[in-house]
Amino acid sequence: MSDPDSRASAVSDREQKILGIIETARGKQKKFRDEKINMAHGAGGKATQGLIEGVFVPAFGSGALNEMGDAGIVEIEGLELAITTDSYVVRPLRFPGGSIGELAVNGTVNDLSVSGARPVALSLSLVLEEGLPADELRAEVEAIAAAAAAAGVEIVAGDTKVVERGHADGMYVCTTGLGRRDPRATLSPTAVRPGDRILLSGSIGEHGTAIMLARGEFELDAEIESDTRSLWPAVDALLDAAGPELRCMRDATRGGVASVLNEIARSSSVAMVVRERDVPVHPAVAGAAEILGIDPMYVANEGKMVVFVAAEAADDALRALRAVPGCEQAAEIGEVRTEPPGMVLVQTSFGGRRVMDQLVGDPLPRIC
Amino acid sequence: MRFVDEFRDADLGQALAGEILSLVEPGRHYKVMEVCGGHTHSIYKYGVDDLLPANVELVHGPGCPVCVIPMGRVDDGIALAHQEGVIFTCFGDMMRVPGSNGSLLEAKAAGADIRMVYSPLDALRIAKHNPDREVVFFAIGFETTAPSTALTVKRARAEGITNFSCMCSHVTIVPPLRALLESPDLRLDGFIGPGHVSTVVGVRPFEFIPADYGKPVAVAGFEPLDILQAIAMILRQLAEGRCEVENQYKRVVPYEGNTRALEVMAEVFELRPHFEWRGLGFISHSGLKLSEAYADLDAERRFSVPGVRVADPKACQCGEVLKGVIKPWECKVFGTACTPERPIGTCMVSSEGACAAYYNYGRFAREREVV
Repeated sequence: MSDPDSRASAVSDREQKILGIIETARGKQKKFRDEKINMAHGAGGKATQGLIEGVFVPAFGSGALNEMGDAGIVEIEGLELAITTDSYVVRPLRFPGGSIGELAVNGTVNDLSVSGARPVALSLSLVLEEGLPADELRAEVEAIAAAAAAAGVEIVAGDTKVVERGHADGMYVCTTGLGRRDPRATLSPTAVRPGDRILLSGSIGEHGTAIMLARGEFELDAEIESDTRSLWPAVDALLDAAGPELRCMRDATRGGVASVLNEIARSSSVAMVVRERDVPVHPAVAGAAEILGIDPMYVANEGKMVVFVAAEAADDALRALRAVPGCEQAAEIGEVRTEPPGMVLVQTSFGGRRVMDQLVGDPLPRIC
Repeated sequence: MRFVDEFRDADLGQALAGEILSLVEPGRHYKVMEVCGGHTHSIYKYGVDDLLPANVELVHGPGCPVCVIPMGRVDDGIALAHQEGVIFTCFGDMMRVPGSNGSLLEAKAAGADIRMVYSPLDALRIAKHNPDREVVFFAIGFETTAPSTALTVKRARAEGITNFSCMCSHVTIVPPLRALLESPDLRLDGFIGPGHVSTVVGVRPFEFIPADYGKPVAVAGFEPLDILQAIAMILRQLAEGRCEVENQYKRVVPYEGNTRALEVMAEVFELRPHFEWRGLGFISHSGLKLSEAYADLDAERRFSVPGVRVADPKACQCGEVLKGVIKPWECKVFGTACTPERPIGTCMVSSEGACAAYYNYGRFAREREVV
């Protein structure tokens, strides 16, 4: 006869074993098994990760790429350069608070900025659809020029292609950015440590919500504008205030703040605890998200970043951030812990805790 | 947000958590099932279960309308979507549910014209705008969504829209509950009744649960305070030895339900003799199809669909997980043949299903038990 105590521990041993197997499976590099590309592969969640880790990294894997930063760092005779590239396929082309051209500059500038690189130059590649009104093109070219001037980058190279009607939504814009790594920056997605604080540079969810409403599919009206802007002034201020204590920064675009937190929790093998109450959300965004049944933490931003900073430098960093125009609402939203590694937990405003997982797919139309 | 934040008040939540703690006997383990997927969603979103004592366990019920659709019907939908000239419309969360050979999302990538809609009326609008195409609406859900499908079908008839049809996979809530309650190995102490379904069907259909099976029920709303209050009501019934259906969601749910919605449903639908549920098998009189009067709008009659039943693998133990007989990880295929990436049973399909939640968050849940 087995005594109940030993039976209980045998059961929990089995449970431990199963949890261990799952953990190993989850920790493994994702495989790509799908037969065709579907919309989820572009949504920035688990499917995108599977595509990157299962197809791109094995084919192109290099030191810089394996870091999985927003920009790759290349060293040429002692000079550290950051390079990044992005395609913009947003619909509609113009939306409250911005347009595809402005987005194409700021998005690439921001990928350089959060990598700790001062943006220097951009290349611009346009894919235009047959029949695009010239005025619309002109307006976007002006938007690109204005955004580049505001961000202090030069457009130094370009290319134009025209495709047949029906092959592009008006226009697609691709930009590649070159930046010079700032000597004050020692940033890496693997550098985040337990005890670090998590800062957010402002209120979230505005870009994604503005785009969804601009499409007119929901018959909802709200005054929400895209937050598209260059993050370099904010990064510059942070590097001044907390240079070596800054661990990592990432702009919370597609997939939102939740995706950034999950990516960094995974790459640094740490846990994150976020206080929902402290996350700034514009009331109109909160209202739209409530009606549409989406969580603003997963909604795209185009001018907001998540900053991981050592605890002792967090107050200085936050003060510096709030002094930057557009970042007045910056907030400390949580902290980094040891257990359970790779997971993001939320302390809900209601008083409970839950796991904030990576986005599994994308129920929403593409937004950036 | 006014009229919303009031139902999410953290201080009131703590007060209810204290009340719940005072109602439980320390040595006893309580298992309460929230029947509705909407409740499961709220419980996760607000971390409601985190406020409960360790000996009060919430069991996630069969009320997620997309997860219960069996593989064979997803296959039928995909076959329909691939037919020449068809625009296939469905709710967004249905797109990811796997059939035996991929999901609707994958069928869309393979070239089928599949469009996400937010309401059946959107599908009807697409039909109006595309008179040369056949528009099929994949109608799913419990009594909550069935009335809007019924109204849409009636409108299609009234407006003479002939290129619209409906693949009806609506289900009803009482038969699966009865099936669960019928099993001799059931280990549940009470039920949080489905608030949205009850706005349509009312409170009366749940009275058999206390009357025939001796389990208390509290019909509840979807805000975190609603759910905590319903749990307190159930525990109070258990503590006082009462057993009845209580209505926590009186601000929305009338005792008789919505009689007009029920009339429209009765006109447009009829019960199928039996309907298959993913992970639960065939349940008698649990599914709806279009009635004879509306048979011309039935996509399954208008088009030929394979209608092949794809058996759930025998090892799938969703039924036992739902009854609270076994924990997710005790299922034979858990984490091996059945994973969130390649789910077999209903409990693994939705991220809120009991098995998927355990797969994704098990380590967190275990940490919580220790604390």
